[in-house]
Amino acid sequence: MSKVIEGLLYSRDHEWVKKLNEEEVLIGITAFAANQLGSVVFVDLPEAGDEIVANEDFGAVESVKAASDLVSPVSGEVLEMNEELEGEPELVNEDAFSSWFIKVKLSNSEELDDLLTAEEYKATL
Amino acid sequence: MQETKKTCLHGEHVKLNAKMEVFAGYDMPIVYQTITQEHNAVREDVGMFDVSHMGEFIVKGIEATIFVDNIFTNQITNKESGSVTYGMMCYKNGTIVDDLLVYKVNQEEYLLVVNASNIAKDYAWVVQNTDNFDVTVKNVSEDYEEIALQGPNSEIKMLEILNIDLSNLGFFHFGNFEFKNHSLLISRTGYTGEDGFEIYADSKAILELWQIFIEGFITPCGLGSRDTLRFEAALPLYGHEISDEITPLEAGLKFFTKIDTESNFIGKTALLSQKESGLTRRVVGIELEKRSIPRAGYEVYVGEECIGYITTGYLSVTLGKPIALAMVDRPHTKRETKVEVKIRNKRIPGFVRDKKFLKKKYKTKGA
Repeated sequence: MSKVIEGLLYSRDHEWVKKLNEEEVLIGITAFAANQLGSVVFVDLPEAGDEIVANEDFGAVESVKAASDLVSPVSGEVLEMNEELEGEPELVNEDAFSSWFIKVKLSNSEELDDLLTAEEYKATL
Repeated sequence: MQETKKTCLHGEHVKLNAKMEVFAGYDMPIVYQTITQEHNAVREDVGMFDVSHMGEFIVKGIEATIFVDNIFTNQITNKESGSVTYGMMCYKNGTIVDDLLVYKVNQEEYLLVVNASNIAKDYAWVVQNTDNFDVTVKNVSEDYEEIALQGPNSEIKMLEILNIDLSNLGFFHFGNFEFKNHSLLISRTGYTGEDGFEIYADSKAILELWQIFIEGFITPCGLGSRDTLRFEAALPLYGHEISDEITPLEAGLKFFTKIDTESNFIGKTALLSQKESGLTRRVVGIELEKRSIPRAGYEVYVGEECIGYITTGYLSVTLGKPIALAMVDRPHTKRETKVEVKIRNKRIPGFVRDKKFLKKKYKTKGA
């Protein structure tokens, strides 16, 4: 059974969202998603300044064999991408919950209400 | 919906906790540990693949040689018994039915090894073309199971583990060997760009060999690494670099045809006329200049014009850079041509290059 961390929010597309404050969040993928993908060899992320929209693709996480689209759990502006993942994408497999992908400034914080709690997410696995 | 088939090694894959997927109607291992680890085992040491899903036909009869010669793009009439020849079968219009290996047992008997996904289609095609020939064709795919042992240490492992000395077996040659009470057909062939062997036998023998190889610490490798390995060696895969919409010339496989000789074969006329009028497109290599992964089906652009598509592409495991095989329209097939590959919503810059991504290390001497 893959690890699920309490206190984070989750999307049905296996992303986690961590609230940093009222308007900023970190987004990554869950350990379950990382396990399903196999060894991650490349993470294709938007750049600071790009706009992302809830339920639309914002990048991809890729194993040797396949690319999986990343579906955004929220809307907003990308403040930062995790540059560490460019050189060491395998960090996603080692610890999916500390390997955040992007930091986002929310344009509609009410979207967070549509996300799942740890317990609700666990029930979908 | 047909029932999913299993090879005789299916239980072994499950025991090893392989990630399984249905391929060509068979439930096959995709990866046991990681594709990278399995890939590297074959490049640096040795690895083994269950390729029992491959199809095998036996062609027999006094006209077997002229029959195979007629359906096969490559030369076999002048080959000796015990030789293996790579080539294709073409339709009349020159597009490809399948690629295959032809094992010459003698002038009156051949073993054809075809792709698993094409067994039914190929068998129908081969039989359909027997009309004017004194031959019989038998589909023995269910009786032949197969392990591919691949990598620079394959020969030494065959000696150490099975006590079978293959130092005298030449590249693209085969022989019959005994192991315990089993008879094995072993060829010095493969699909990885490395030295190695393909071993054909019945299910009892193959199961025993697999278990002995596992005990001998041979790395089991799945279809995931089989594809990354064959790709780096620029070996074509049916449905990607070759298909019933692509000719051998477009695929860059003219070397494996006899169109410049007197010999006839089905599709030759069409290929000669295609050669005369000139190709409109060709499979080329592409290398990207920015880290990204060009995957099969992605479009290739020069400016605003879509000039082709990726047939296979990876972040190369051995070379660590994004490379691809692509079907590209002329005149953009020239080396160093600047192109862009559309990856999701981005255009990633790259250039056309040769397909020699990797130096092949076949053992072609000493036989």
